[in-house]
Amino acid sequence: MCYLIQMASVSLPSIALSATRSFQDKCKDKTKSGCLSKSAFFGKEKQPLSMKTQSDGRVTMAVATNTSRFDNITMAPPDPILGVSEAFKADTSEMKLNLGVGAYRTEELKPYVLKVVKKAENLMLERGENKEYLPIEGLAAFNKATAELLFGADNPILHQQRVATIQGLSGTGSLRVAAALIERYFPGAQVLISSPTWGNHKNIFNDARVPWSEYRYYDPKTVGLDYEGMIANIKAAPEGSFVLLHGCAHNPTGIDPTLEQWEKIADVIQEKNHIPFFDVAYQGFASGSLDEDASSVRLFAARGMELLVAQSYSKNLGLYAERVGAINVLCSSADAAVRVKSQLKRIARPMYSNPPVHGARIVANVVGNPDFFNEWKEEMEMMAGRIKSVRQKLYDNLSAKDKSGKDWSFVLKQIGMFSFTGLNKAQSDNMTDKWHVYMTKDGRISLAGLSAAKCEYLADAIIDSYHNVS
Amino acid sequence: MALRTPITKRFISSSHASRSISSWWKHVDPAPKDPILGVTEAFLADPHPDKVNVGVGAYRDDNGKPVVLDCVREAERRIAGNLNMEYLPMGGSNKMVEETLKLAYGDDSDLIKDKRIAAIQALSGTGACRIFADFQKRFSPDSQIYIPVPTWSNHHNIWRDANVPQRTFHYYHPESKGLDFAALMDDVKNAPNGSFFLLHACAHNPTGVDPTVEQWKEISYQFKVKGHFAFFDMAYQGFASGDPERDAKSIRIFLEDGHLIGCSQSYAKNMGLYGQRVGCLSLVCEDEKQAVAVKSQLQQLARPMYSNPPVHGALIVSTILGDPDLKQLWLKEVKGMADRIIGMRTSLRENIEKLGSTLSWEHITNQIGMFCYSGMTPEQVDRLTKEFHIYMTRNGRISMAGVTSGNVEYLAKAIHEVTKAA
Repeated sequence: MCYLIQMASVSLPSIALSATRSFQDKCKDKTKSGCLSKSAFFGKEKQPLSMKTQSDGRVTMAVATNTSRFDNITMAPPDPILGVSEAFKADTSEMKLNLGVGAYRTEELKPYVLKVVKKAENLMLERGENKEYLPIEGLAAFNKATAELLFGADNPILHQQRVATIQGLSGTGSLRVAAALIERYFPGAQVLISSPTWGNHKNIFNDARVPWSEYRYYDPKTVGLDYEGMIANIKAAPEGSFVLLHGCAHNPTGIDPTLEQWEKIADVIQEKNHIPFFDVAYQGFASGSLDEDASSVRLFAARGMELLVAQSYSKNLGLYAERVGAINVLCSSADAAVRVKSQLKRIARPMYSNPPVHGARIVANVVGNPDFFNEWKEEMEMMAGRIKSVRQKLYDNLSAKDKSGKDWSFVLKQIGMFSFTGLNKAQSDNMTDKWHVYMTKDGRISLAGLSAAKCEYLADAIIDSYHNVS
Repeated sequence: MALRTPITKRFISSSHASRSISSWWKHVDPAPKDPILGVTEAFLADPHPDKVNVGVGAYRDDNGKPVVLDCVREAERRIAGNLNMEYLPMGGSNKMVEETLKLAYGDDSDLIKDKRIAAIQALSGTGACRIFADFQKRFSPDSQIYIPVPTWSNHHNIWRDANVPQRTFHYYHPESKGLDFAALMDDVKNAPNGSFFLLHACAHNPTGVDPTVEQWKEISYQFKVKGHFAFFDMAYQGFASGDPERDAKSIRIFLEDGHLIGCSQSYAKNMGLYGQRVGCLSLVCEDEKQAVAVKSQLQQLARPMYSNPPVHGALIVSTILGDPDLKQLWLKEVKGMADRIIGMRTSLRENIEKLGSTLSWEHITNQIGMFCYSGMTPEQVDRLTKEFHIYMTRNGRISMAGVTSGNVEYLAKAIHEVTKAA
């Protein structure tokens, strides 16, 4: 140790690190695989270097230290949803079908860029707009448009300026910022999430250190909503909990409450002093109508409740990879909205500073131009319509080919991009292993990835997996 | 910060349409304005015709206008309309990451060839630093981060929100307006072995003060002795000297010495892609297997934050860097931007000296990159804003990118006014 301290204090001019050979080259002389010894990324005491002085006065670093700190880092499990696409890509079978991630496909099973999006992009290209930083809260025109789309342009809450809106990184990013707000201002409060829910919800609240618990939602017996269970769990939760609700087209089940059920859900949330927290990722995609799909959120807002809403434009405008969304907090006063918005910004700044501009501009241009907006509504109806028609075709095939008398009507009752087939993990594995149908292990299939031409094949696969595998 | 009291009773009315629900958000205080981005907000609100914005580090041309590089416009023309918008993988665009690593590690880097670098596309520099901070917290939970004084203010926010305790190390020497090298080295030596350090690879923000090559070598050597971990924030590659290879020298020195570094890279400034949020986080590992594992963990951190990164800016980057002609054009344009800034440094210094200032202003030309740490006090800065409508951060940092031949005289006059002896 004394020797090292002595060495370390010698001033630079008398020590010239050898410039002719790199440290690594010297190490390779010692051992074949390099002389990097194992040490962990855990802040342990590092073995200081032992140094030797060569005859020309130069110091070489003979033994390596601070090798990787990452030795103990294990491989993370593949993402249950995004990992499916990766597996699909690797499959060489001609019959393969990707019903994993919820990304819309045409009948030819190609990705679809909306015509109105292309038009908006061309307009943007012509204008030659700059790429300056957006403010932390994002593009103002986008924020205005997104709140109006969600709540309705004539909603008094907007005129009263009671909504704090910031642009977020699609649904995920918006949820994460809201989760951070909850963690910071409601320490200990938990979020109630549906059982089942989108796989990433739990990750988001875990990483944001917000405790969560589940409320019953899916009833396997009816392949429908466990309404009583849902109400009971919400009632039983500690007062002042956050209740995460899917605004429409529940992911993964496709099962939405009726309007009457929404009223009752709102009742019990108010009774228990809970805060509703909507995840709206499919506005326009569920029924084909933007307004209709926002009715659950608007119902709660009309009751004077404070609530949070995360929005995404990944699906309804096909802007997946542009990461466009928003987090809205409806407060009881304009003053509260100003304060909350400032704190949302404070959370966003150390996460990504300010959101990406490109997708937000597309949305603002589409919504802000009446012709584009109408065109968008038409294209969305078309996309939702294609999904409805493959639902019908799948149902027709299932009923025709399955002689067991099982009721497959849930396929028609469910809404949105997904269908919860009721297949368990082993059966889902069979779908993949035997039929090369890629889906998530919870039994969810994305109808957006199904073509009319493949309905019969899929029906066969489902019938086989359901009846012949347990 | 928030009140940590639990929510007690809220008054609610049982009627559906009632507005008498008291707010959940009473205890939410207004957040302080961000010290950097808040400056631009104030600037925009000012109607004065001579106003000057030398606040945020965003490049402006000699007319004070934002610039979209020609190589970027061309790249956008090529990619418009013909590509789908499918989700990128969680780790982002592989092509863009590959090209980006070459910039930092060298075109012929063995580390790249041997696939020893775990790397993901990130939300510009902020996002790269944040994912690293979260990674550090998760896999080295007892570690701290040593941050230079001063540094970009958002660094403190990032590591704080990641719950990594912060220490500081000496960096800026106010008297000389240069590097406090002796104190820096002391701090490096006195830190416990195996500490984590945040280093600015080039064009230090906010001071513009960089170590010399010899000093970097000493720092690297001492880091080896102490077994420290070096995390480089490189937000200005190309912008410091005009030559990206030269600007990466500090990193290359550390790599030669065998350090297994981490690195955040951003295209906000050097490609003018500010609002597109394009960057990269990389970590050098022992071998390919480890790099694969580490990358999977980085992705695991990204997924619950934003799922996958935005595509548009990444496509621009990979289109430019993947095409030799476009890449040449980019290099030329980066040099052009850096040269204009270097020219403005000279001009500002000369103008102030011409006015007869008795103070030394050589730091304006000694410092490098986008920023000049003027040495002005917050009170002097406030005067600049109130009396002259000049907007900058209160630490006296001038964004040289906002200086033009049109405003340099005005700026010099104002600076001289507020700094001359009364």
